[in-house]
Amino acid sequence: MAELAYWEAIRRAHDEELANDPMVLAMGEDIGVVGGTYKATSGLYQKYGDKRIIDTPISENSFTGIGIGASMAGLRPIIEIMSINFALLALDTLVNAAAKIRYMSGGRVSCPIVMRTPGGTAHQLAAQHSARLARVFMSTSGLRVVTPRGAMEACGMLKSAVRCNDPVIFIEHERMYNLREQVPDTEYFRPLEGAEIVRKGTDITLIGYNWSFLLCMKAADMLERDGISAEVVDLRSLKPLDRETIRRSVEKTHRVLVAEEDEAAVGVGSEIISVIIEDCFFALDSQPVRIHAADVPVPYAANLEHAAIPDEHDVYQGALKALGRI
Amino acid sequence: MQRKLAWQFLYDMTLARQFEQAAAEQYTQGNIGGFLHLYPGEEAVAVASLHAAEASDYVVSTYREHVHALVRGVRPAAVMAELFGKATGCSGGYGGSMHLYDAEHRFLGGYAIVGETFAIAAGVGYWLRMNDLTHVVLCYFGDGAVNQGTFHESLNMAALWKLPVLFVCENNRYQIGTEIHRHSAVPEVYRRASAYGIDSRRVDGMDVVAVYEATRAALQHVRAGNGPYLLECETYRYRGHSMADSGAYRSALELAELRARDPLDGFRERALAEGWLVAADCDEIDSEIDRVVADAVRFAADSPQPTDLGASVYREPLDLYGGRP
Repeated sequence: MAELAYWEAIRRAHDEELANDPMVLAMGEDIGVVGGTYKATSGLYQKYGDKRIIDTPISENSFTGIGIGASMAGLRPIIEIMSINFALLALDTLVNAAAKIRYMSGGRVSCPIVMRTPGGTAHQLAAQHSARLARVFMSTSGLRVVTPRGAMEACGMLKSAVRCNDPVIFIEHERMYNLREQVPDTEYFRPLEGAEIVRKGTDITLIGYNWSFLLCMKAADMLERDGISAEVVDLRSLKPLDRETIRRSVEKTHRVLVAEEDEAAVGVGSEIISVIIEDCFFALDSQPVRIHAADVPVPYAANLEHAAIPDEHDVYQGALKALGRI
Repeated sequence: MQRKLAWQFLYDMTLARQFEQAAAEQYTQGNIGGFLHLYPGEEAVAVASLHAAEASDYVVSTYREHVHALVRGVRPAAVMAELFGKATGCSGGYGGSMHLYDAEHRFLGGYAIVGETFAIAAGVGYWLRMNDLTHVVLCYFGDGAVNQGTFHESLNMAALWKLPVLFVCENNRYQIGTEIHRHSAVPEVYRRASAYGIDSRRVDGMDVVAVYEATRAALQHVRAGNGPYLLECETYRYRGHSMADSGAYRSALELAELRARDPLDGFRERALAEGWLVAADCDEIDSEIDRVVADAVRFAADSPQPTDLGASVYREPLDLYGGRP
C-alpha cells in the first residue's frame, strides 16, 4: 500500500491505462506540456507523446466533440475539462451526442469517452468557477455519472471508466486533489455502479457523494460523540443510481439526510428523497432532510462563500433535526 | 467517362429522387412521423462526392442524410424501415429519419444539431491520423451550419493537427427559411476556410461530373497528408426545409431557374449526348428503381416495430469491473 493524493491517484490511472491500451489518449487544456491544472496528467506528455496527450485550444464544445468522434471510431479518450463551469460549453456535444448516439443508433455505435472535470467550490474562486452541476449530468439519459470520494476510488473508478464502453462523466472536486489515502500498489479496479455503506450505523442514514460524503463522515463523528450511531452512504454513482442500497439503509435507520454542495432545486437531494418516498416511505420515522447550498450564485467574499456552502456542522445540525433533537 | 460510372451516377440520382418522393408520400399517409427533410435538387452532391470516395472512408452527415446513406450502400429497405420507425431500420427504429447509422458502411450518423458534425468528423479524423491510416472522413453540412462556433473551433483543430477531413458544404442558399445573404456576412462559404489556412474551392453542385472531379482532387489533397479541405457545392433544394415547410419564402422564378438546371435531367441528357449511356439504360434504371423503392416501402410497412425500450441505453452490464462495491 502507498499513500497517494487524489490527484496522484488520477494520474496513476491515466498512466496505467495509457500503458495498457494504445487506443487510450488524454486531451484537454494545458494537460500536456504543463501537466494539467491539478497535475492529473503531469509527466505523461513526456512519456506518451503529443499524439496521445493532447493540448487542446480553448474550444470545449469541439474538443469534447472530437473526443466523441474519435471514440466512435475506436479511440478511448479521457477528456479533461478544466472546471465544470466550462463543461456548460460542451453540454451540446455531451448531452446531444455522447449521451444519445448509442441509443439512437440502435446500439450500433458506442461512445466510450470519459469526461473528467472538477466540480465544486474551492477557495474564493467566485461565481463562474464554483459550479457543481452534477444534477445536470445526472438528469441526462445515456450518461454514467460517477463521483469518487477519495484516492482509492479515484484511481480504481477512472480505470473502470476508461474501459467502459459507455460515456462516463467523472466528477472530481477542487478541494479533494490533495487529500491522501492508502491505495494498493498492485493494479485494481473499482466498480462504476453501486452505492456503498462506508460507515455502519443504526440511528440515521447520511447520504452524500464526493465532497458531501466527506462532510457526512465528519458529521457522523460529531453525532457519535452525542451517542448517535449514523450510517453513511456514499452514492458513488449518481447515474445509474443504486436505489437498493439506499432503501436497505433507510429501512434499517428510519431517518435520512441527503447532503450535496449544489443548490437544492431539481437536485441530487430532491432525487434521492423522491426515490426514498417511492421505495420505502413507510420506513421513515421523520421527514427527510436536505443539506445544500444557498440559492445564490457563489459569492467571492470568504465569509459569504462560507455562508453559501454547507459544511459538516450543517450536516450535523440537519441530522439532529431529522432525529428530533432540535 | 466510363459507362459504368455514368450508369452509377444515373442510377443513384434516380434512386435518390424516387426514394425521397416515396418518403414524402408515406409521410403524408402518416406512415412516417416527426420531421422529414428531403433531398431533391441536391442529388449531385451526395452521389458524386461519395462515388469519388473509397468504401473505406468515413461519412458523417446531417439530418438531411437519406441519400448519403443510400449512396454509401445502406439498403434502401433499411433506410425506409428506419423512417417508418421499424426494428429492421438501419438504426433499429431508435433514430428515425435524422439519425441513420450503419457502422459496417462507415456511416457514422445523421445529426440534427446543426454544426455538431464538424467535431465528430474531426474526431474520427484524429483516430485515422493517430493510426497513420490513409482514409478520409467526409463531413457534410449546410450553409446554415457555418455560423455555429463548432465550425470555427473544429476547422481550427482540424488544420492545427492536419486531420484527414473533407468538409463538404451543401450550400442550398437557405438556413431553413433564411436566405444566405441574410445570415452570412461572407456568403462565399469556401472563403471562410482561409481563416484557418485550409485549402478550399467552390463547385457547381448541380453538376454531378464537376462535383465528382472536384471531390477527387480534394480527396487526393487530403490523402497526401495536407490536412483538411473544404469543398463548397452550390446546390438547391426544391422542397421546403422539411415536410412541415412549404418553402413559400422563395420566388417561383427562382425555383423555376434552378429546376431548369436539374442535376438528374441534366446528367441524363448529357450522358445520352456523349454516348456514355443509351436510352435503354435509362429505361432499365427507371424500372429497376421503381421496383427497389416499392420493395423498400413494402419491407418497411411489413416490418415489426421495435419492442425493447431500454435495450441500448448502456452497452455495459451492471456489475462492471470489480463487482459490487
